[in-house]
Amino acid sequence: MSVEAREARQPWILLSPALTAVGLLLFVPLGFILVYSFWLRTATGADQVGFYLDNWRAALSDPFYRDILLNTLKIAAITTAICALMGYPAAYFIARSRGNKAVLLLLLMLPFWISYIIRTMSWINILGVSGALNSAMLWLGIIDTPIQMLYNEPSVILGLVHFLLPFMILNVFVSLDGIDTNLEAAANSLGATRWQAFLQVTLPLSLPGLAAGGLLCFVLGAGTYITPMVLGGPSDAMFANLVFEAIITQLNWPLGSALSLMLLAVLGALVLLYNRYLGMAQLMKGLG
Amino acid sequence: MKKMDNTTRYERLRERYMNGDLDRRGFLGLIGAAGLAYGVQTPFARYASAQNVSQVRFDGWGGVVSEAFRKYAFDPYTKKTGIEVVDGTFGGGDQYLSRVKASQPGEYNIAHLSGVFDYARYTGLGLNSELNEDNIPNLQYVIPKLIEPYRKISGGALSCVPYDYGTTGLAYNRKYISDDEVKEKGANILLDAAYKDKIAGWSDWRTRMWYAALQTGQDPNNATDVEACWDAVRQHRDLLLKYWTSGAELMSLLANEEIYVTEGWSGRIYALQEQGHDIGYMDPPNGFGWQECLFVLKGSPMEACEELLNFMLAPETSIAVAEGQNYPPALDPQKVDLGDKIPTLPAFDPTGKLNGLTFADPDYWNGHEQEWSQTMGRVQKGY
Repeated sequence: MSVEAREARQPWILLSPALTAVGLLLFVPLGFILVYSFWLRTATGADQVGFYLDNWRAALSDPFYRDILLNTLKIAAITTAICALMGYPAAYFIARSRGNKAVLLLLLMLPFWISYIIRTMSWINILGVSGALNSAMLWLGIIDTPIQMLYNEPSVILGLVHFLLPFMILNVFVSLDGIDTNLEAAANSLGATRWQAFLQVTLPLSLPGLAAGGLLCFVLGAGTYITPMVLGGPSDAMFANLVFEAIITQLNWPLGSALSLMLLAVLGALVLLYNRYLGMAQLMKGLG
Repeated sequence: MKKMDNTTRYERLRERYMNGDLDRRGFLGLIGAAGLAYGVQTPFARYASAQNVSQVRFDGWGGVVSEAFRKYAFDPYTKKTGIEVVDGTFGGGDQYLSRVKASQPGEYNIAHLSGVFDYARYTGLGLNSELNEDNIPNLQYVIPKLIEPYRKISGGALSCVPYDYGTTGLAYNRKYISDDEVKEKGANILLDAAYKDKIAGWSDWRTRMWYAALQTGQDPNNATDVEACWDAVRQHRDLLLKYWTSGAELMSLLANEEIYVTEGWSGRIYALQEQGHDIGYMDPPNGFGWQECLFVLKGSPMEACEELLNFMLAPETSIAVAEGQNYPPALDPQKVDLGDKIPTLPAFDPTGKLNGLTFADPDYWNGHEQEWSQTMGRVQKGY
């Protein structure tokens, strides 16, 4: 075998364990889900094997699914925007801090040591009618009766921000940490104010991290079902809750499969669109 | 001679390969063959090892119920037999069925199922086993009325033993709602606009439709005006703070005064009362009565399961569990002395006839399951 042929094969050999894992753990299950989506659920709860388009017809044409999908995307977008606004200053602070960076990063990672469900449920003890916040305001005489702060859309967004903020901060931090601080000093020496140096040098260079964090927050936010289940009211369901209900409550795996593939397709398309039209090069050109 | 383990085998193989004693194709071929052999033999090895039962899987409702089972039944059973009981929890029969459907036979063994309709559904899906009743002599103490519906479904045989019963009645905070008001309004207290955002309800479609039938003056086991029922479900939804999805959430909402009124499970409400919360409980006329059973799934180690069921039905265990979980046991009070606490539990019937409780008709409810569970999913979200 020639050296060129061997070199051409080498990456594939090295990649083969990862490709096998992805194939077996992602594409094969996805294939099963795709096949399932064309089956039907019978009245007894058993699945009827065959090629039926009923689930796809329902998923694509029923306004119920469309409305909840749009609401899900709206909640994910708001959550991502809040994470970006809150996460960037925090990441900037950590990246520019001297000496205690490791401690700050450790503090950032601390919430991951506690289960996501426990973290979500902790808001019940904070925002509940007899929770810490209401109790404190009652004690201080700010309010006479407890305020209902839970089980609505803002509490769902709050729970999602709590869950996703560390992902945004970490991504932005990695990006900011890689920027040479001499660049800001150079901009200052050329007459730029600190704010101008940040806007025209640091921010554009950190956009890849911001974009990566945004994508991660959006995709994770749009796919969650625990937060709306724990912190949401009757009308705050997100699309993943529909998948959960179809599969777990209604035992309608075929419909649940079609719905989950629909969510996957929408989020996948958004990621592709983002890369196509809002790629980093385009964004930096726009800011430049 | 010391027996060689797999790790040592692979290390030797790797060493031969690194020394150049084995070509790459041969090395990968041997690794592949080892993987194939392991993959092929593992499922059979599982069945082979299943003959030697070291553990039984039990799934139930969690919370105080699970604690009672662990303390009064599983730990003593393990101590006596050496068989470990691995217990898991679920939020409802539907959720559990979904897990079972995705599992291999034998992975799940015994479930604490609610309602005869669940028994019918599991049996309809071919998930039932057949118990050898000779191995469960304590079945003689069980209220006959609780056994009959199961026999009827599975043609005389049993896949489960009845274990307890209870009701889903009205639970309310006495600080804000009086006993008289609940007596007067009955199930319609859940539609009282004066308590908007202080009302909750279980997300379960059966319970919603049952209560909707009561609210519209219909027979819960034979509602004729279904649209009126859905209107009542929508009216309830619009006044609602939250649909609860587990017993723990029900208790938390009531205990923290997030809500003043909901329907609730009798045993959980009794547990709240025991903790000192001033929560009232009332079964409205035709309130939702249910019985729970310990269902043995197909593919389970039958003898070990039967032994566990017999152990759990023993009066001393059954009474201890009932006192822990606050649901009356399935034991016939005419045959067994149930002690002092059980007669005070909600839904308890000292006659053992259970004539005062209305149970769900499995044919009626399972016949509407597909349509109503889907509609409930929509109505719940504002549609």
